[in-house]
Amino acid sequence: MKGKHIGWIVLLLLGLIAPFVVYPVLVMKILCFALFACAFNLLLGYTGLLSFGHAAFLGSAGYLCAYTVQGLGMPPELGLLAGTAGAAVLGFIFGSLAIRRAGIYFAMITLALAQLVYFLALQFPFTGGEDGMQGIPRGHLLGFLDLSDTMNMYFFVLAVFLFGFWVIDRAIDSPFGQVLKAIRENEPRAISLGYDVDRYKLLAFVLSAALAGLAGATKTLVFQLASLTDVHWHMSGEVVLMTLLGGVGTVFGPIVGATVLVSLQNYGAELGQWVTVLTGAIFVVCVLAFRRGIVGEVALLLKRSGIRP
Amino acid sequence: MDIFGIPIQALMGQLLIGLINGSFYAILSLGLAIIFGLLNIINFAHGALYMMGAFGAWIGLTWLGLNYWVALVAVPVVVGAVGMLIERTMLKHLYKLDHLYGLLLTFGLALIIEGLFRYRFGISGESYPVPELLSGGFNLGFMFLPKYRAWVVAVSLVVCFGSWFVIERTKLGSYLRAGTENAQLLQAFGINVPLMITLTYGFGVALAAFAGVLAAPVFQVNPVMGSNLIIVVFAVVVIGGMGSIMGSIVTGLGLGLVEGLTRVFYPEASAVVIFVIMGIVLLLRPAGLFGRER
Repeated sequence: MKGKHIGWIVLLLLGLIAPFVVYPVLVMKILCFALFACAFNLLLGYTGLLSFGHAAFLGSAGYLCAYTVQGLGMPPELGLLAGTAGAAVLGFIFGSLAIRRAGIYFAMITLALAQLVYFLALQFPFTGGEDGMQGIPRGHLLGFLDLSDTMNMYFFVLAVFLFGFWVIDRAIDSPFGQVLKAIRENEPRAISLGYDVDRYKLLAFVLSAALAGLAGATKTLVFQLASLTDVHWHMSGEVVLMTLLGGVGTVFGPIVGATVLVSLQNYGAELGQWVTVLTGAIFVVCVLAFRRGIVGEVALLLKRSGIRP
Repeated sequence: MDIFGIPIQALMGQLLIGLINGSFYAILSLGLAIIFGLLNIINFAHGALYMMGAFGAWIGLTWLGLNYWVALVAVPVVVGAVGMLIERTMLKHLYKLDHLYGLLLTFGLALIIEGLFRYRFGISGESYPVPELLSGGFNLGFMFLPKYRAWVVAVSLVVCFGSWFVIERTKLGSYLRAGTENAQLLQAFGINVPLMITLTYGFGVALAAFAGVLAAPVFQVNPVMGSNLIIVVFAVVVIGGMGSIMGSIVTGLGLGLVEGLTRVFYPEASAVVIFVIMGIVLLLRPAGLFGRER
């Protein structure tokens, strides 16, 4: 457990220092995507389920949060709550359908359902179609903390991220998480040990969807924008890549992956179409030669050199 | 003449478009099923390779002056060769791993191909003229049937049932089916399985490119035409199940028709109807209409 404590301390320190070194909005973006990727990793890394439709939770939570704050004039904390709850409900529906099939079908079903959500987002009157919802007010947190101030917003986002990450970390270490890992390693055996595997999978799916929704709702408040980009299948692919690049099934991997990929997109914005090509190339390289991901490789190096992580 | 208050021309026109879409669903899901059977890989790049087929036809005509009929033969061969190269250099390293890695790798390839074409051609799209021999149409009295659209449906059916015949009724097809059941045993009988895998992938890809050439005069040729289609085809595959070749064909055509009908009676739902059907099928018959659990 020592290595993980060091990881937490480094994470906290980085989180406190980063906004004074780097453009705070970029760090907030990284934190939102890191939470998104960590939520995704709970499914892929710890339950062995590849969801190719996680953008649906990110995006629809963004829309719900935007509507709650802008359309209904509610405070931001209720916006986050609405987004998270909405994503959880959607996750329940997706999960109930998708866990009926395993493996590759699971991925295709989640992708298709997410595309359904994309078309709904395109057609519903309140989402603003192609334009999305713009000028979402950040409002005052709990009535007194003005979130339009960048630093206030930053520390709020950091708190949300740390909360989400803590929930995931706790879930992984809990008996519930152990059962998930058992399902990942050997599903028939988990069944024969008497676990109701489908219920565990569904619970993991709902938890993952809810936290992805929390990330999406937070992102909406940061950028004051909810748009189709967040429900598009490209986004579902990106979160897979973040997790893969950082290290599938490692606690800190998705954070590293999200940081690398978001920075790359930010600083590589002038590359235009080449960003898509580059993203694809990273995918190919990761799958062919780098399946452990950055954190996975580092952990292996440390282990080989005799340091116990 | 009206049916349920819809002019029959409009109804027939949409059904025809539905049938054309269905033909593409059928050819693409057939290719996916053949590839999955032997390689255990869901080829996410299938849509991008279909797009390459359409662009191949356009490039052939605009840059090289090759007409439609040459493209119809040459483009699937060329794109199929690209597919075999992909299989030899990348996919073959994944056979021992989890199936999911194949999906992820081909997803990356799809992004690369789509990005390259977007970089070169933008997203506005190019138009491809209908070949002279097939321009114009027949007046059937109750509707006008453009010759080219009739040709697309007819040739797609021939290709689909031809593939079905080869796979289910010939010796070559029996090797393929044997490889799907147990590749190791087939290899023990002296069949060059790695070569067969390469050729199978090449064939599946060539089918996608063929559909792309067929689609070029019907739809706008643009870099994202494949990715929009492939997700629908995934839903078709989930609905039909990948166990049976005939199942893929029938499901593809049927869903194209259903989509066409929806466009007539409730246009708002036409984009989502296939996904909704997928949800219903998953509730009632999780293995798919023609699938078997495995």
